[in-house]
Amino acid sequence: MKYRAKVEISLKPGLSDPEGETSAESLVDLGFKIREVGISKVYNIYLEANSEEEVYTRVDEMCKKLLANPVKDNYKIHVERIE
Amino acid sequence: MKKEDIKVCILRVGGTNCDAETRRAFNELGVVANVVHANKIIKEKNLLDYDILVFPGGFSYGDYVRAGAIWGKRIKTKLGYELRKFDEEGRLVLGICNGFQVLVEAGLLPDFEGFSESPKAALASNTSIKYECRWIYLKHENSGNCIFTKRIQKGERIFMPVAHAEGRFIFPKKNENEYLKRLYCNDQLVFRYCDEKGKYAAGKYPISPNGAFHDIAGICNTDGNVFGLMPHPERACYGWQLPDWTEQSQILRYGDGMLLFESMVDYLVKR
Repeated sequence: MKYRAKVEISLKPGLSDPEGETSAESLVDLGFKIREVGISKVYNIYLEANSEEEVYTRVDEMCKKLLANPVKDNYKIHVERIE
Repeated sequence: MKKEDIKVCILRVGGTNCDAETRRAFNELGVVANVVHANKIIKEKNLLDYDILVFPGGFSYGDYVRAGAIWGKRIKTKLGYELRKFDEEGRLVLGICNGFQVLVEAGLLPDFEGFSESPKAALASNTSIKYECRWIYLKHENSGNCIFTKRIQKGERIFMPVAHAEGRFIFPKKNENEYLKRLYCNDQLVFRYCDEKGKYAAGKYPISPNGAFHDIAGICNTDGNVFGLMPHPERACYGWQLPDWTEQSQILRYGDGMLLFESMVDYLVKR
């Protein structure tokens, strides 16, 4: 079965996010009422697997080994069957 | 060891761009340095023919994922055994700028209990959200553990350029104080950002170019034979590389960066 795993990498709470802070300032300048902006990065990983669980396990390992640095990043995995 | 027998390997991959300056610095001291593609050394398995291994500055693998992440994982999976042996035998490993990011991502630094499986530190985006490319001051903090800075007195202020967008050294928030204490106890802290007078930056821009935790610009491992720093010593080797050299009545022969290369060569010659 074919799946798409959407991996969202974001900064851990409490860590300085200068890009998010600057975007927030600019949005406020434009008149938008917002509380905060946080920057994330999204990877779409296409793979074949026997189950959703298998996709989670494999993608979780990918995050731990490469996509996220545990010192500063949190990650969320969203799995979708595409075929 | 005779100076002529020292062998230096400066690794390159797609995106590294400070290999030539690094080689020139070693050559100036009468040491042979080879710029070798990482794939070649992986294929030929001859890393242990060398005494010094350098991960030079640049943008390895386009800085994709995170600066230094892809190369860091690649050397772990493809060169892990040789690299571990290289380190155990006390040979020297230097990471400059992107090379420092590689050593941190690979878990070779800070190396509190040997190579770590996952990174124990990170080089996050500069607080200025800019690529900072300019000259800065550093204070030497090491008491003698770091082999690469033996020629520099503790407390001495030195001058070098930085050129990076992801140079904010951080530890995990919950371990910050514990890890910092370990850096001090093990004498692993090497350089901190300071101003012209030697006063620490305290994270303040522009004295600190990136907002690093505790103004950390460079650290070594517990044995002092693996060292990484964000500034570029290879761009501060000659008097004519200094930013104000045209205004000087007498041009200095060497800049502060050369002290690091001299320290490495001294160590191996005496060994």
